Amino acid sequence: MKLLQNLFDGIKPNFEKGGKWEKFHTLYEGHRTIAFAPDLITKSKGAQIKDATDLKRVMITVVIAMIPALLFGILNIGHQHFIATGAEGTFLDKAIFGALSVLPILIVSYAVGLATEFTFCVIRNHPISEGYLVTGMLIALVMPPFIPLWQVALATIFAVVIGKEVFGGTGMNILNVAMTARAFLYFAYPAQISGDLVWTYLGDKTAVDGFSGATALAVAYNSSIDGTPVVEALSTHNAALGADYSFMSMFMGWIPGSIGETSTLMALVGAVILVATGVASWKIIVGGFGGAYIMGLVMNALAVNEYMAMPAEYHLVMGGLAFGVVFMATDPVSAAQTELGKWIYGILIGVFTVIIRVTNPAYPEGIMLAVLFMNVVAPLIDHYVVKANKTRRLQRATV
Amino acid sequence: MSKIVKLKKGFDLKLVGKAPLELIQVATATTFAIKPTDFPGIQRPKVLVNEGDTVKAGTPILLDKAMDQVIYASPVSGEVVEIKRGDKRKLLEIKILADSSVSHEKVGALDLGQDRATLAAKLAASGVWPNIIQRPFGIVANPADSPKAIFVSGFDTHPLAAEVPFILQGEGRYFQAGIDALAKLTTGKVHLNVDGTKQVPEVFAGIKNAQVNQFSGPHPAGNVGTQIHHLDPINKGDIAWTVSAYGVSQIGKFVLEGIYDASKVIALTGSEMSQKGYVKTYTGANVSTFLGGIAQPETLRIISGNVLTGEKIEKDGYLGFYHNQVTVIPEGKYEEFLGWLKPSASKLSFHKALGMFSFLKGGEFKVDTNTHGEERPFVVSGVFEKVMPMDILPTYLFKAIVTEDFDEMEELGLYEVIEEDVALCEFVDPSKNELQELVRHGIELLMYN
Repeated sequence: MKLLQNLFDGIKPNFEKGGKWEKFHTLYEGHRTIAFAPDLITKSKGAQIKDATDLKRVMITVVIAMIPALLFGILNIGHQHFIATGAEGTFLDKAIFGALSVLPILIVSYAVGLATEFTFCVIRNHPISEGYLVTGMLIALVMPPFIPLWQVALATIFAVVIGKEVFGGTGMNILNVAMTARAFLYFAYPAQISGDLVWTYLGDKTAVDGFSGATALAVAYNSSIDGTPVVEALSTHNAALGADYSFMSMFMGWIPGSIGETSTLMALVGAVILVATGVASWKIIVGGFGGAYIMGLVMNALAVNEYMAMPAEYHLVMGGLAFGVVFMATDPVSAAQTELGKWIYGILIGVFTVIIRVTNPAYPEGIMLAVLFMNVVAPLIDHYVVKANKTRRLQRATV
Repeated sequence: MSKIVKLKKGFDLKLVGKAPLELIQVATATTFAIKPTDFPGIQRPKVLVNEGDTVKAGTPILLDKAMDQVIYASPVSGEVVEIKRGDKRKLLEIKILADSSVSHEKVGALDLGQDRATLAAKLAASGVWPNIIQRPFGIVANPADSPKAIFVSGFDTHPLAAEVPFILQGEGRYFQAGIDALAKLTTGKVHLNVDGTKQVPEVFAGIKNAQVNQFSGPHPAGNVGTQIHHLDPINKGDIAWTVSAYGVSQIGKFVLEGIYDASKVIALTGSEMSQKGYVKTYTGANVSTFLGGIAQPETLRIISGNVLTGEKIEKDGYLGFYHNQVTVIPEGKYEEFLGWLKPSASKLSFHKALGMFSFLKGGEFKVDTNTHGEERPFVVSGVFEKVMPMDILPTYLFKAIVTEDFDEMEELGLYEVIEEDVALCEFVDPSKNELQELVRHGIELLMYN
C-alpha cells in the first residue's frame, strides 16, 4: 500500500496550485480518496470525533443491494433468449449470453456517466461525489437488454447533465437521475424501449411458433380489451413454450423486461439489505407496496374491465414496481425527506403506478412516471409536514 | 409538579477512557487563564488589569463593554503575567500566575431578602454571573432580564463526562443556596433535572425551591436544551436561563460566604490520558500538569471538554471556563487503504451501512480525530432526526441557516438550540458537515440583525 501511496504522492505536485494539471485537482483527490480514506482531521472547535460512516460507504451499500437483481437479470436475459428461439441452453450458456448483453450496457453507463460527472467537477471545481456509483448501476438495470449502446450513452449524459448537474450536482437534484435517463429514452426513442419486441433478443434466429415477446403488463392490458380474465391470459401466455406468466414466475422474475426489474424476489433481497443497513427508508418501501396493493383492491371494487378485476397482488409482481419502489423511490435526495412525508410519498407512488397501468393505454408501465411525478411532488409534501411543525411551534407560543 | 420524561432518540457514545470515581494526586497547575473566546456572547471585551498587576480570586479582570455590569473574575490570586492577543489584537487569554495559597476578595454573605435588581447586580459584580446562560442563543445572561424559568441539568450524558454527583460531593448546602438565589431571579420556576435511571444523588436530595424532573434515555437526555424542550419550550420572545450544576453550587458559595470560589473538580479522561480520574483545581487551569506521563502529547488531541462539544487546546493550553473535563485521544491524521469499504466492528458508528458492525459489538470504542470521509452536500435523510429528541426538523433548520432565511430559522426552532444540541447530528452526519459552527452562524445572524 505504501507503493500506491508513494505513487499518489509522486504525482501530487502536478495537481497542486501552480502545478501543470492544477485544474484537475478534484480528479486527483477523487481517486486518492477512493484508494485511501483521507487523512482529514476534525477542526479545533466542534465535534472532535466523527462517525466512521461516510457517503461512500452508504452508496456502496446501495450498489451491493442491487447486485442480486443484476445477477438475476443477466441469467434471465439468457433464459428468455433460449425460450424465444426454442433452443436448449445450460445455466452457463444463459449466463454467458446474458453477461454479453448486460456488461456493455453497464460499462457504457458508468464510463459515460463518470466522464460527464468528472467534466462538471473539473469545470465547477467541486469534489467528485459518490452519487454516480449508484446511478450508473441503476441506469443499466432499467434498460431493455438490447438497447443500442449509443442510446444508453445519450440518455446517461442527458440524465447527469439535465437531471443533476444543472441543479448543482449530487444532493441537489429534483428528479431521480436514473429514472430521468429512462424517461428520456422512453420519449425520445420509444421504438427501442417499448412494445413487444425489445425485451427478447433473437439475433439471427427466428422466434419459435407461438412465441410472443409481450410483457406481462402488455398481456394484462390486451386481455382486458379481449375480455379474457387477466390471470388466465397470463398463465397461458407462452405456456406451450414452458414459460408462463404465472404469479410465481413473475415473483421469481422469469419473464421478459428491463435488465434488473423482472424479479420481485431479488428486489426484496435488495430491500432487506437496504432496510437492515438503515440506508433506505422502510417507510417508502412499505408505503409503495401497500399503496399499490390498496389501489389494486380499489380497482377490483370498481372493476369495469378485466384488467381492473385482476387480483391486486398481481400488481406487486408485474413489471418494475418492486424494483422501482425499492431502488428508485428510496433515493433520499429526490424522495420526501420528512418522516411523515415518506409514508405519503411511498403510498402515492404505489397508488399512481396502478392507476397509470390500468387506465392509461399509452404507458403500460406506471412506476417510472409515478416515481418521477412524486419526485416533483415530494417537496410539496415536505412543505406541508414542515409547515405543521412550524404551526405546532407557533401554537405553543400563544397558549 | 415534577415531570418524568423518557426519551428514545439519541445515541450514547461509549468510549474507552472513562475516569474512575476517585480523586487522584497530580501536580497542581500554576497558571490559570480567562479566555474571552469561551463566552460566545462577548462583543467588545475590555481587560481591566495590566500585566504585572496582582489580583485576588474574584478580582474583576475582564468585562464586555456591551454589558458592562457583568464582570469576569480572576479564578485565583496571583500576578497577571500575560495578556495574549491574536490577529487584529483580538483578546485571546489573560494569564495569571497563582500564589501558593489562594486568597479571595471578600464581600460578605449575600442577603437573599433584597430586591431582585440589587441581588442580580451583586451577583453580576461577583464573578459567578457568567455561569448563567441565556436561551435563546447560549450567551451570558443579562442581569436586567427576568427569565421565564431557570433550568439546571443535574447530569451529563456527554461521552466520558464527569459524574455530576461526584464533582459536587459535599456541596449540598451551597447547591441549595444557589437554587434559592436563582429562584429569586426568575418570575417562574427553577427546574432541576436529574437522571431518571438512578437514585437521586445526595447533593440533590431534599432540594427545596426547585421543581425536580426526571429524564432518562440516551444522550442528549442530559443536555439542558433537550430538557427545556420537554418542560417549557422557548418560543420567540421568551428568555430562559440555564446554569450548570457546578455553577449553581458556585453561586451558592458566593451567597453563603461572599467569595468567588473557582475551585472545581474536573475529570481526566480519554484513551490516551495516562492518569485517569478526578482532580481538584480551579477554573481556567493550565492542563500541562494533568498530562504528566503522556509520552508525546504533540501527537495527540488534547480537548478541553468532551469529544462532542469540546475544543482542541495545546499541551500547555487552558481549561475552558465551562469545562470540567480534559479528554485526550489520538489524532487521526492517517490515510487508510480502502477505509471507506473495509468492514469493521471496532470503529464507532451510529450507522449500520455495509461493513459497519459496531452496533453488534458492545463495550467501549477507541476513537481518534479522523473525519472518516470528506465533506459532501446533504444526501442521506432521516439521520439527524434519529438523534434529535426534540420536535425539530434538523435538516430543514440547517438548510434554513445555509440559505440565511431568517423567517425559516425562527419558525423551525433556532431559538431552542445551541451548538451542543446539534453536536450528535454533526457526529453522525455521513456528509461530514460542520453543523455546530453552522448553528452558531445562524444564531449570530438572528442576534445581530
